[in-house]
Amino acid sequence: MDQFLQQLINGVSIGSIYALMAVGYSLVYSIMNFSNFAHGGVIMLSAYMGYFAIILLDVSFGVALLLATLGATLIAVLIERIAYSPLRKRKAPTLYFIISAMGMSILLENLVIATIGPQFKTYPIIFAESTIKLGNLSISKMDIFMLIIAAIALAGLVFFLNKTRTGIAVRAATYNARASQLMGVNVGRIVSIVFALGGALAGIAGVFFGIRYTVYAQAGIITNKAFVAAVFGGLGSLPGAIIGSILLGIIETFVAAWRSQLRDLTTFAILIAVLVLKPTGLMGKNTEDKA
Amino acid sequence: MEYYLTVLTLAGINLMVVLGLGLLTGFTGLFSFGHAGFMCIGAYTSAILTVTLKVPFVIALIAAGLVAGAVSLLLGRLTLKLKGDYFLIATLGFGESVRLIFDNIEPLGGARGFSGIAKNSNFVSVWIVCLIGIFFLVRLMNSRYGRNFTAIREEELASSTIGIDVFKTKLLSLFISAIYAGVGGSLYAHYMTFIKPSNFALIKSTEFTIMAIIGGLGSITGSVIGALLLTILPEVLRFIADWRMVIYGAAVVILIIVRPKGIAGGKEFKDFFFVVWIRRLFNKRLAKKDPGNGGKL
Repeated sequence: MDQFLQQLINGVSIGSIYALMAVGYSLVYSIMNFSNFAHGGVIMLSAYMGYFAIILLDVSFGVALLLATLGATLIAVLIERIAYSPLRKRKAPTLYFIISAMGMSILLENLVIATIGPQFKTYPIIFAESTIKLGNLSISKMDIFMLIIAAIALAGLVFFLNKTRTGIAVRAATYNARASQLMGVNVGRIVSIVFALGGALAGIAGVFFGIRYTVYAQAGIITNKAFVAAVFGGLGSLPGAIIGSILLGIIETFVAAWRSQLRDLTTFAILIAVLVLKPTGLMGKNTEDKA
Repeated sequence: MEYYLTVLTLAGINLMVVLGLGLLTGFTGLFSFGHAGFMCIGAYTSAILTVTLKVPFVIALIAAGLVAGAVSLLLGRLTLKLKGDYFLIATLGFGESVRLIFDNIEPLGGARGFSGIAKNSNFVSVWIVCLIGIFFLVRLMNSRYGRNFTAIREEELASSTIGIDVFKTKLLSLFISAIYAGVGGSLYAHYMTFIKPSNFALIKSTEFTIMAIIGGLGSITGSVIGALLLTILPEVLRFIADWRMVIYGAAVVILIIVRPKGIAGGKEFKDFFFVVWIRRLFNKRLAKKDPGNGGKL
């Protein structure tokens, strides 16, 4: 039973990192209808920014997290400006966006290899006393911290989307971009805001990912998992992305505890199973084409 | 000399897969990020056949294509009904799953890979297979099936109302496309003599799609240009070491923004201006027809 709870906590903690990443995918998908594969690049860069902020600038962890988040926000918006906005203005087909995203992700990954190098970097230890004892359970302080920050960030996002004027405009644009444009919503600005939001969450996720594992140029590939989680929960649905991520984190942890080499295979098996059985995921909007 | 032949042979192997992908993506309008998976299946199938069962290479080559094709029928049955991006996502999941499955099959070497494959393919045999592949594809695209593919690409609903079985036609396109990828995988295995699952990761599928798109969708000439150019380009850029992949990524983004139709832009070799001029010299009538297919997506 203790073992079970321990794994459950681990799973939720990984799931919360996935959730931060998956929400970025889902947000972009809901407004632009394409899978933003450059998102992984933003997460990877943010992991590096957090690392270098601590090592080179010698700032505290909180400041590093903040700097990385700001940096990631900026990069995400920049990527949209450079790689997607010309296509958006031309109303190019979805695939062109995906290819542009792929090109961008290759560019970012190799830019890091060319400038920083392919070596793995490890974050310094952040909490001196690393675990808390709770009965027979030992919970890592970092896990709790990650869970709290992720929850606050996601709650903040939900609040923003539901309670603020701009947030409502974002939701309107995801529902029908053209109609909301006619109602006076500046869709170009909304797209930038969506990328900024996705980027900020990716920034937090990147730093956490770097702490939990290591920092390396190919780290962006991990976001494939977050992408699976977003599909699992239902592309374009925010609560779906969060629930899908947590579930995926839990499933992965349990599978890894049983047979570690089957972990990634399970992830993609889930992806295919979801697509075959219920392509809209747990709570995605209906994508049936209207003839 | 040896080096140039190697690069051109690898270009030929890539071309084989890109031809198949071009049929699926450029002519039928379905996108796949799982073709490395079909290639992987083809590579392993033929390697098992020639190494373990001592089957002649030519038969293994054909078998590789057929097994990859058979798997594609299964995948297609399950996923071709999906709309929009979801098919693409399914192929992505498929490609990664194939890689991870082979990673876990210990008798085949698992993640360490499968070695000791005889070097049965070379520059000549690869390009002979490619030429056969191109010839077949040209014939196919000029047939009723070929026109059905493009009809579905242009307007799925209209195609079904004039009696084209959309699902079956898509399945056929995927099937042929997977055969090309499987054959490409087999050529790859017997050229490199060593294969491992990570050779067929998602990035490989991405590269094929990029080749098909940069070359020009809806054009066999485009597939050839794309495969040649993007295999040779990183080699030419080798002197700038790590920066070449940065340039490669930037080139993809710039091209898709500046010239989204790709280099060939939906035209075939016979539609290029200089070819048309030369042919005009010989035959006045040609100038009037040959509108090309427009290259619309």
